[in-house]
Amino acid sequence: MREPFIRTVKRAELSPKQTAALRLAALLLALTAGGIFILCLGYNPFAIYGTILSGSFRSGLAIQAVVKIMISLLIASLAVTLAFKMQFWNIGAEGQIIMGAIFSSFFALFCANWPRVVLIPVMVVAGVVGGGLWGLIPAFFKCRYGTNETLFTLMLNYIALYLIAFLRDGPWRDPANPGFAKIATFEKNAQLPKVFGVHIGWIFALVLLAFVWVYLKYTKQGYEISVVGESQATARYSGMNVKKIILRTMFMSGAIAGIAGMAQAAGSDATLASGVAGGVGFTAIIVAWLGNLNPGSIFIISALFSILEKGSSVVQSNFGLSTDCADVLQGIILFFILGCEFFIRYKFVIRGKDGAGA
Amino acid sequence: MSEERYAIECKGITKSFGSVVANDHVDLKVKRGEILALLGENGSGKTTLMNMLSGIYHPDEGTIFINGKETVINSPTDADALGIGMIHQHFKLVEVHNAMDNIILGGKEKYFNRKELRNKILSISEKFGLEVEPEKKVYDMSVSEKQTLEIMKVLYRGADILILDEPTAVLTPQETQRLFAILRKMRAEGSAIIIITHKLNEVMEISDRVTILRKGKSVNTVVTRESTESRLTELMVGRPVSLSIERAVVKEKKKLLEVYHLSVKRQDGSIALNDVSFDICSGEILGIAGVAGSGQKELCEVLAGLQPVEKGAVLYDKENIIGKTPAEIISLGISMSFVPEDRLGMGLVASMGMTDNMLLKCYRDSKGPFIDRKPAKKLAEELIKKLDIQTPGTETPVRLLSGGNVQKVLLGREIQSVPNVLITAYPVRGLDIHSSYTIYDLLNEQKKKNTAVIFIGEDLDVLLQLADRIMVLCHGEVTGIVNAESTSKETIGWMMSGKKEVESVAGTIH
Repeated sequence: MREPFIRTVKRAELSPKQTAALRLAALLLALTAGGIFILCLGYNPFAIYGTILSGSFRSGLAIQAVVKIMISLLIASLAVTLAFKMQFWNIGAEGQIIMGAIFSSFFALFCANWPRVVLIPVMVVAGVVGGGLWGLIPAFFKCRYGTNETLFTLMLNYIALYLIAFLRDGPWRDPANPGFAKIATFEKNAQLPKVFGVHIGWIFALVLLAFVWVYLKYTKQGYEISVVGESQATARYSGMNVKKIILRTMFMSGAIAGIAGMAQAAGSDATLASGVAGGVGFTAIIVAWLGNLNPGSIFIISALFSILEKGSSVVQSNFGLSTDCADVLQGIILFFILGCEFFIRYKFVIRGKDGAGA
Repeated sequence: MSEERYAIECKGITKSFGSVVANDHVDLKVKRGEILALLGENGSGKTTLMNMLSGIYHPDEGTIFINGKETVINSPTDADALGIGMIHQHFKLVEVHNAMDNIILGGKEKYFNRKELRNKILSISEKFGLEVEPEKKVYDMSVSEKQTLEIMKVLYRGADILILDEPTAVLTPQETQRLFAILRKMRAEGSAIIIITHKLNEVMEISDRVTILRKGKSVNTVVTRESTESRLTELMVGRPVSLSIERAVVKEKKKLLEVYHLSVKRQDGSIALNDVSFDICSGEILGIAGVAGSGQKELCEVLAGLQPVEKGAVLYDKENIIGKTPAEIISLGISMSFVPEDRLGMGLVASMGMTDNMLLKCYRDSKGPFIDRKPAKKLAEELIKKLDIQTPGTETPVRLLSGGNVQKVLLGREIQSVPNVLITAYPVRGLDIHSSYTIYDLLNEQKKKNTAVIFIGEDLDVLLQLADRIMVLCHGEVTGIVNAESTSKETIGWMMSGKKEVESVAGTIH
């Protein structure tokens, strides 16, 4: 019987500075590992990284493109943050984005003659209702029958996705375009107005950022969310109506995602495309976690992810390297950052070395 | 084997978890044919030390000698091979299997003969006076039978070094006596036994020597016969402590809460409470005694509005509160604080600081959508001063506080809300002596303020001293409500094991 070669030992709590240093080291390691990956593909990692950065900021247009990508990503991340704070694993932001887009597109397509000051707010409300209802369904079944929200929200994503395909090929098909099934482009009246060259979705995003931050930190409902997330028994014991809180929070989570869908359709795409969510609902989960469910950090992380995405599309056109490589890089970064959480709490002790204390 | 060698000898054992040093150069020795009591306040490192002996943790420093040989114990399997058997506080048995299946579970033999196994079990039974029915299913067993089975399990594997972690916490006084008889037989057969407990009377009764841990250090080892309870307390706490609870006298009393024919079923359909009736007056402490799991938790939850009721009524000031929501019950001034095994489970939010925990029951009271943290912060600061709560600050997550301080936060908040009825379950669970007496004082203070206090406790000595009346629960039934001043521990013990009040009196006359 010998002492094991390596064993894990719990660390003393690290200071915020040490934690930040560890996370920075993880990021550097991630970039190094990503660099090796790029090297294996036969490219110069420095050139690629450089292009990602310069490609995102080379012109006003490029920066606008980054902001456009960021709008829906940031809004969706805020949406899932609300649910995650309650430890309700909403991985259905994708579907909620789509339903928000579908509901608001109805008004964009069929009520385009309404005055713009009425139409745009109505579309926003439609997005809220569409996404909110799609978030409410899994919450209702969870409260009533104890269903698993992870599976439920995931499945609803596919229903929403194929609903678009159904509308595109059937009732909402653009008759002006007989060869290729698509939904008509929104009339100018039904498109989001632009401020500083980007559709006003960015204003929505900033308002929601402030809202979620204040809501979680300073309101009674935000307090209730954190208590329910920590322990439902405690919440019930202190007189909270846990089911009501779950339903309310999931409606809000879905509603915010719905706004992201509405902004994407009426702002960026000017139509309802089947790629309206385009995986943003899933990337949002990563962003929310990397940001530690803190709205401020989520803002920064979603900016970084948007730069990475825009930059990789430039890389694609300059080097012919597929944008899928950006996904691989995202994955590598995620792996290292999440891996470093382990080292924040534990360390390894190797046999023979002095194993005393932590 | 020479007499000089120790069965277990620990030298300079150190183990830390993060910045918390649980064991700091601890020394401990046990001979064969000896019972060593390990005494210490909560958090003094008793369980950590024993977990290292049973291979669950690995010490950071120090050496362990088993039978005089330096040994590294990497896993419970290693401990098994060394003849070390551990009886944990929480039993590790498969409920749906019978005693025999549980005994062979995890053993090394691939094939076994049921008949031989039976005979071996029966011969061990006879040798040590263990009563185990080999074919009985675990779910049919009482707590004490399960514990006996746990002991049988380790004896079957040939353990001659036995470690028991607070084995009497779940037993009635009579069952405790039976356990002690078994331990004495094992001692006579040459086993080495370590028993962890913080009940001093038991230490005096069963042990040969006592090793005292304080704040992770082994402060002293004394021969039991040459020591006294107060001397042991002093060693454990570090200073002299008086061990008496004064019973406050309140003259004006009026009936505040009446419970009639209350029956409750658990989710699995089993009966938690069966036709329970009692009442409590203002300015009175009603103690509730019973073996763990006799329906105490469900009773608390009914009174707090968390548990649906099969039948029965609970009248508060002549008004039935069954069917009211927890929030409505809180606003009536009925406050419940249940300290579960893990201490934090209900009542406190572990990751939040004291301020946010103060808000838990009263955040609704302020107007508007925003939360006002200022009064809560002030309250938290007051409590820290008044109850001497050890914490770096009001925003430090409460999970980082020690058990005693967590309980002070919980009880302090309930008392600060000036309740009319205060229900408190296991408020001193695992607390050291000093903190326990602080809590008893707090409860007495409440009684003097005309609060009706329901105190669900484990320690009968405390119940007898603190409560005015004691209600005894057994399998969800009331087996008696007695006056605390005119009853005895034995009577309550009998009632805890299911004898009704009248029979038990007859039993003691015998």
